[in-house]
Amino acid sequence: MKISAVPYVAFKALRRNRMRTILTALGIVIGVAAVITMVGLGQGASAEVQEQVNRLGQNVVLVFPGARQLGGVSIGGGSANTLTTDDARALREEIPEVIAASPEVRSQTLIVFGNRNYQTRVYGQSHDYLQIRQWAVESGRMYTEEEVERSALVAVVGQTIVEEVFEGADPIGETIRVRGVPLTVIGVLERKGMSLMGSVQDDIVIIPYTTAFQRISGRTHAMVINIQVYDEQSMGIAQEKITDLLRERHRLAPYQENDFTVQTQEDVAQTATETSRIMTLLLASIAGVSLFVGGIGIMNVMLVSVTERTREVGLRLAVGARAPDVLFQFLIEAVVLCLLGGIGGIVLGIISTELIATYAGWPALFSTEAMLVAVGVSAVVGVFFGFYPAWKASRLDPIVALRSE
Amino acid sequence: MSLVQLKHITRVYKSGSLAVEALRGIDLEISEGNFVSIMGASGSGKSTLMNILGCLDKPTSGNYNLAGEDVSTFDKNRLAKIRNRMLGFVFQSFHLLPRTSALENVELPLLYNDDNLSWKEIHKRAREALEIVSLGDRTDHNPNELSGGQQQRVAIARALVSKPKILLADEPTGNLDSRTTLEIVELFQRLNQDGLTIIMVTHEPEIARFSNRIITLRDGLMSSDKSIEPLNARQALKNWKDQEKIQLESEVLS
Repeated sequence: MKISAVPYVAFKALRRNRMRTILTALGIVIGVAAVITMVGLGQGASAEVQEQVNRLGQNVVLVFPGARQLGGVSIGGGSANTLTTDDARALREEIPEVIAASPEVRSQTLIVFGNRNYQTRVYGQSHDYLQIRQWAVESGRMYTEEEVERSALVAVVGQTIVEEVFEGADPIGETIRVRGVPLTVIGVLERKGMSLMGSVQDDIVIIPYTTAFQRISGRTHAMVINIQVYDEQSMGIAQEKITDLLRERHRLAPYQENDFTVQTQEDVAQTATETSRIMTLLLASIAGVSLFVGGIGIMNVMLVSVTERTREVGLRLAVGARAPDVLFQFLIEAVVLCLLGGIGGIVLGIISTELIATYAGWPALFSTEAMLVAVGVSAVVGVFFGFYPAWKASRLDPIVALRSE
Repeated sequence: MSLVQLKHITRVYKSGSLAVEALRGIDLEISEGNFVSIMGASGSGKSTLMNILGCLDKPTSGNYNLAGEDVSTFDKNRLAKIRNRMLGFVFQSFHLLPRTSALENVELPLLYNDDNLSWKEIHKRAREALEIVSLGDRTDHNPNELSGGQQQRVAIARALVSKPKILLADEPTGNLDSRTTLEIVELFQRLNQDGLTIIMVTHEPEIARFSNRIITLRDGLMSSDKSIEPLNARQALKNWKDQEKIQLESEVLS
């Protein structure tokens, strides 16, 4: 058969039944669109997680009190009281690889400015906390080590506080009250965005941990110690040294378990990306099911079409078509149908991903890879589900086919 | 040597333990340029014979020699090629592809030939074939926009497009009125005069009278084979038109 006639004949046949073609292709359109949307959103989420992990800071080690873990990530501060501010100081002073260590204490509390109240998180941290988090002040300054030593009544605030409490006005030099303690705002932080857990990181007030422990939280132990290590190569050895030092300080006998947990940002990142990867896979496989259902729709329609066009097949055989010509014709028809659906699916997928990304505020990432895979898969679906009807058509006896009504 | 040579052709249909002998030994020679009618009651085997002549079916025994080749030994693919090159088919129910222009319907056999003709050549040949059947001005019409006679002429053009040796027509006028039937038969006579061999199955004796040889089948055997002086279809058509005219005039007068 003339090769260039094959796709032409397929298109003609599809055009002869326009409505049916559109409806059948719709199954594939939706399947492919679902795959693209799900993969796009999933990959967007992964990228976002990765970026947030990077934003956590560089070469960061976190020490949590207690040995409690959930899915590889310690869920938290306050599960035990084993870490002291002296531990933090010792880590910084005795381990050369540790260049910064900040004992953290958080309080969810009301801050008062003039006649305005605002519920936020107040963090007690050391002077080098911003260095650990790779966070800069936008205006004003961070408090100094000397101010931490003397429990100075100062605070550095995030962008959300500036917006919510000061209504965008410059807060530097103003005094806010936290649990009755007057704190002078000396700095404003750069905008940081959402955290891994989905909270707004800019909704924050940072004060010297000494002030927090003594005047605000009433706690005596750190919820977490944020540590920065000199460089990436030193991460492993630093983790060992941190563990050894804390065991020594906590007087743990060799048979006793650690009463703290040491984690690096890689640990956190791995867990988080693994989670989002599994989610992506799950979503994509659900979407894949709809693609499969679309394929069954194609098979159904192709079978009906073969039955309907028995006379046409008979005629083609009579005027010289061979069985492979007929097989090929119906197969190409199914593939063209699927590819049309695939292209439509890509367009719809991009639109729906954009819409979801815009209105739900989720990050999305398009990969040409996902699109090529979607189109490839739809072609394979066409061949797979188109083969049986095409084979059936090619097996027709021309005499019987010509006589069918 | 004859174009078509059948030697003791039989065709037995088996279904389970039942065997039906549709053809019980046909010996037949048709020379080039003949216009043959095959007649017979239903069940006489004329359709089976037609299928074998058309290379759509293979005889159970016997030899079929077509233009010097023993096609009864050919496999499916070689038979398809013979159908494409040597034979043109015309059916009672036209078998045109719906929602497809006359031109594209006629082009169909050319898409399956191995010469890999250019599209330009394909269009040209199809248009020429449509001109032979006087439908050169209807190339873009779909079958549903054409009358029955026009549709059958498109089908004839399709049968002619690959310049076959034999035109096989199975009850070509069965779905047409008398006037259109005469037009189709007149076309066949014209094609036959230009050298085309025509084999036509019909159950109407008055149609068979326009061919020059009438073969009658009965119970799977040839019961008669007569050569006749054919009626002139053009003359018959002219008479028909005159009659119509007279009828029309008399209606107008009265």
